[in-house]
This record gives sequence, C-alpha cells and structure tokens, in this order.
Amino acid sequence: MSEARVTRDGLAGVHPGREARFGNGLDDGRRPRERRMVPGAEFTSYYGRPVLKVPSWAARDIAGYMFLGGLAGAGSALAAAAQLTGRPATARALKLSSLGAISLSTAALVNDLGRPARFLNMLRVAKPTSPMSVGSWLLAGYGPAAGLAAASAATGLLPRVGTAATLAAAGLGPAVATYTGVLLADTAVPSWHEAHRELPHPFAASAATAAAGMALLAGPRRENGPARGVAALAAGAEALALRSLLTSAGHAAEPYRTGRPGRLLTTAKRLAFLGTAGATLLAGRNRAAAAVSGATLLAASAATRFAVFHAGIASARDPKYTVLPQRLRLRAEGGAPPATA
Amino acid sequence: MTTEETTGQQPPRVGFFTDTSVCIGCKACEVACKEWNLVPEDGLTLTGMSYDNTAALGASTWRHVAFVEQTKPLGGQQAHQPHADLDVLALAARGSATPVDEAAITPTTPGPPTADGRTELRWLMASDVCKHCTEAACLDVCPTGALFRTEFGSVVVQQDVCNGCGYCVPACPFGVIEQREGDGRAFKCTLCYDRLGAGQEPACAKSCPTESIQFGPLDELRERAERRVAQLREGGVPDARLYGADPDDGVGGGGAFFLLLDEPEVYGLPPDPRVTTRDLPTMWRHAALAALTLLGGIAAAHRVFGRKR
Ligand code: SF4
Ligand code: SF4
Repeated sequence: MSEARVTRDGLAGVHPGREARFGNGLDDGRRPRERRMVPGAEFTSYYGRPVLKVPSWAARDIAGYMFLGGLAGAGSALAAAAQLTGRPATARALKLSSLGAISLSTAALVNDLGRPARFLNMLRVAKPTSPMSVGSWLLAGYGPAAGLAAASAATGLLPRVGTAATLAAAGLGPAVATYTGVLLADTAVPSWHEAHRELPHPFAASAATAAAGMALLAGPRRENGPARGVAALAAGAEALALRSLLTSAGHAAEPYRTGRPGRLLTTAKRLAFLGTAGATLLAGRNRAAAAVSGATLLAASAATRFAVFHAGIASARDPKYTVLPQRLRLRAEGGAPPATA
Repeated sequence: MTTEETTGQQPPRVGFFTDTSVCIGCKACEVACKEWNLVPEDGLTLTGMSYDNTAALGASTWRHVAFVEQTKPLGGQQAHQPHADLDVLALAARGSATPVDEAAITPTTPGPPTADGRTELRWLMASDVCKHCTEAACLDVCPTGALFRTEFGSVVVQQDVCNGCGYCVPACPFGVIEQREGDGRAFKCTLCYDRLGAGQEPACAKSCPTESIQFGPLDELRERAERRVAQLREGGVPDARLYGADPDDGVGGGGAFFLLLDEPEVYGLPPDPRVTTRDLPTMWRHAALAALTLLGGIAAAHRVFGRKR
C-alpha cells in the first residue's frame, strides 16, 4: 500500500519502488524495434465504445430551442425592417411571434436542465469562454426587449418605448439566432466542432428562412414583397452554407449524409425548395399560397436544426469520428505521434 | 483548512501519474474511490469486455480500469513454453529451494527464442481518470461557474451551484464528466479535494497496491515518468509512451497523465485531444459575421423587393 503523505514540504513516505521490469530479463534478444504503426484509414477503439460522452440533451428541447431562438431573433430584425418601411401589420405579427417563440424556447431550455429550479444560476457569472453564458445574457437582454416591442405593438401604448424596444430586439436578435452555432461548435462533438467556422452561417440562414416563413404566414399579402425576397435569399444562402459545412467537416460530415440526420437534411432541402418556389411564384398573388409557403419554410428551418443536432449526436456515439480525424491530423503534422507526448 | 491557509503559500500543482505498465487490474482504485467519495452504484452488468464490467468513466465512475487483450508480444515475453518434460510436482515439493533455472514458470527466466508464427498474448490494464486538464474545456464552457480550479490545480464541480445544463458533458474531449441520472447534475473526479485539504493523497493512489497510480507534485511526476519510459524502452518495450504529460499538447497537458504501452485509442483515449475553447475567437467572429449578414440580407431584401405598390 502507498504510505505517501502530503506535507508542507511536499510528499513524504513515497516508495522507492515502482520499477517492475518486464522487458529486462525477458528480452529474447530482439532489441527495441521500430514502433508499430496503424496502417491506412483504419482506426482502433476500446471495444467500439464512444470516446466522448453523448450529451443528454433532448432533441425536442435543444434543437427546438435553436429553431425557436432563430425564428424569434431573425423575426425581430424582420419586424423592425417592416416597421421602418411602412408595413405595420407584418411588423406587429412578427413582434408577437418573436415573443411567443423566445418564451417557448426559454421554456424548452429550462425544461432541459437537470435542475430547472436553478435556472437563474446561469446569470451568476458572465463568462465569455462559455457560449451558454453569453447566450443566457443575450436572452436576458433580448427577451425583455422582444416582450416590450410586442406589448407596445399589441396595445398601442408607449409607441416610443415600443420603437426603441423594436430596434434593440432587432440588434440583438441576429446574435440570438447565430450564437447557437457557436454553442454547438464549442464542444468536442466531431460533426459540430470540425465545422466550427461554418456552423453559424447555416444557422443564420435557417433563422432567416423561418422568419420569412412566419412573415408570409402571418402578414397580409400586400405587405409580403420583402419577406418573399428574404425567403429566396435565405434558402439559397442556407443551401450554400450547408454545402461548405459538409466540405469542411471531412470525415465528420458522414453523419450529415446518413441515417436520421441525412433524411432530415434531405427533407429540409426539399421543403426549402418548395417553400421558396411557392413564396416567389404564388405568394404575391394568393393569401392561402403565401400561408402554405410560409408554413413550409418554417418546417424547413426546423428540419435543418434537428438534422444538425442529430448529426452531432450520431458522431459522438461512434468512436470512428473522434479517433480518425485526430489520427489523420497527427499524421499530417509529422508522422507518428511523438513517443513521449 | 487548506495547505494555502496553513503556510501562506500557493501549494504546488499536484496530480496523478498512472503507470499502466505495473497495473495488475485489481480495481482497488475503483473501489476506494467509490467508498471514499460515496459514489452511488451505477449498474451491475456484464459487458463481455474482458474483465472490464465497469465499461467507462461517468457520473458515478471516477476511476475506470480498462482491460485490453491483444495478440502482441509484451517486451519479448514468451508465451506457450513447452513444459512437457518438467515434473512440476517434484519441483513444487522442493518449494522455494527450486533453483530459478529449473523452475517451470518464473517470470525472470529467459526462454528459448520464439518460433516464427507463434501467437503471443498480452493483457493491458490501465486505470483511467479525469485528466484535470491545464486548459479544461468543461471548466471553460460551464455557464454557472460551478466548475472551478482549486488551489491544487485540479478541476472540481461545486454541486450546490451546478444546474445540470449538461454543457460540460460534450465539451470534455475525453468523455469524462457526465450528468447523473435521476440527479441531473454533473459529476466527476475531484482529485479527492477533501483529502488534499487535509494533507492526504487521493483514495485511489492510497489504495493502489503496485503504485501504478502515483500522486504528487506534477513537476516531480513528470520527471519520474520520463525516467520510467526510458527504462522500459531500454528493457525492450518500444511502444511505451507517455500520454498527457506534454504541456504543449491540445489541452495544455493533463494534471493526470499516463504511461501507455500502445496507442491511446486502444485504451479508449483520444489520440490528439484539443480544448475547443482555443477556436472560440474564430467561432465568435464567424457568428458575428453571420449575424451581420443576416441583418444586411434583410435590409437588402427590403430595398430591392420593398417598393410600395
Ligand atoms: S478530462 Fe474532461 S472533465 Fe476532466 S478536466 Fe479535462 S475536460 Fe474537464
Ligand atoms: S452541468 Fe453543471 S458543471 Fe456542467 S456546465 Fe452545466 S452548470 Fe457547469
């Protein structure tokens, strides 16, 4: 047994031993060989078990949180633009939907905590190294602004405060929509982290898709010109951003193409295509077509977020996506790993 | 009372050097950890993974002994020696008076050279633990400040602060920290914070019968580890290497590091772990760019498509 003690002058009573020799004396004359190398693209694992811990986040809560946060944030920006360009009905509808979405998304976040009663501990510190801390403070600023903007729009009271809140929400909203990309990327989960530069971009585009969809769904037809434009822009940007995400994720892009996330992403692309087609071709003429296109775009945005969420979970479950990129990186940086590092 | 309070100095950074080459897989560390820290039972299943029924580190497993069976030689070890011509009963009757050269099985007797094509088997055992990273991702991302760095340089969760957001769980590049089911909060090795404060070494190191788990000031452990690795290589174990000992690695070096006899992934460890916080400035820049693009896109759409009818 170890008798070591921690004393003021350091460690005392340490055994001199620990020098068991199983190389010496057992050596059959073969002197130290070259280190064995792992060949090709093979990888080793411990009984196929994941290296990482899979987050216990529920898809409905966390992917839902990201979708709703995007809808709210981009919606606030769209609402301000609508208000400033004389589209009051759309502005009002978007302010209400943003308040609803951010309330729901906060509820989802709290619901996902292991200790929901301790939610306010999120505001105990402000840590720029923690995207979740940054996000909590963003929400703490954005939520009340969105609330005031919506309350003023709904009641007609305090128009000046309402306008100020609308602008504040429009300024913070895009950050609320994109920080969730950083939230996911700042983890060891391969399909999220390997594309850490790209992830915020599809999130921004997907948020704009959702907000445009909401404007088409809830705003009057005569005001929906810009929303149709945003829908087309956002859907195009999202397709491009997703493509660059898949390119840069390397091996960790595979989960985006297979299984449930693969199916979700395909669905998202199809819905976005249909929604955009409807928005650009029909929504200017027909109110019902505008509403259907809007709902389709909302569904497309949600599907994208769920696809990204599930791809990350799948990549964390399989040791291949953790070990292989790291092995390749080591090999690229100078052959075998340094023997003493 | 901490060492700091009694001496008025910052105590040296302490940690573990786990020398897996002398681990015998007794799991005394697992048991001692559970006992001392009152860690609850977390399943009594049979995994079929050699002698490892613990499976992995987690919320309720803070030391985990891995068992790897390989058809690889261990430093020239001779397996399958022919013993047909030995009268073991006669040898046994002579007891400890048996000369080493005549003994049927002694680990110190060099056997004849192995014939080509003969399978050799080795059994690797390694006690894994939280690495107490110099740049700890779990600590960086914790939004409540529940995770903190102690005066001993270890990384510890304050259970009365953690709100179970679960962010530290996917952040750890080693898959160490986890939320406990039914409790919701995150748990992991504390490097026996309470014992350190009382001048005691951690329970696992205390219980380890072979001193595979060595506790002490990090600098000293690193020197000792260098010597040990050189000794093993000299003795014909070319695959011996240190893992997590280099302060220039992706997590700034571990407060707990290891001597391994094969690639890290064989033991379930990531070969090149990196703290993702290092990329955080880049990520924030891209998020800001994306947010501005979003605003710009909306503004542009209103200019182009927003003509009044
Ligand atoms: S090994 Fe994981 S849990 Fe331990 S300090 Fe490092 S990041 Fe945190
Ligand atoms: S689960 Fe607890 S320890 Fe982990 S990041 Fe959240 S608050 Fe911090």
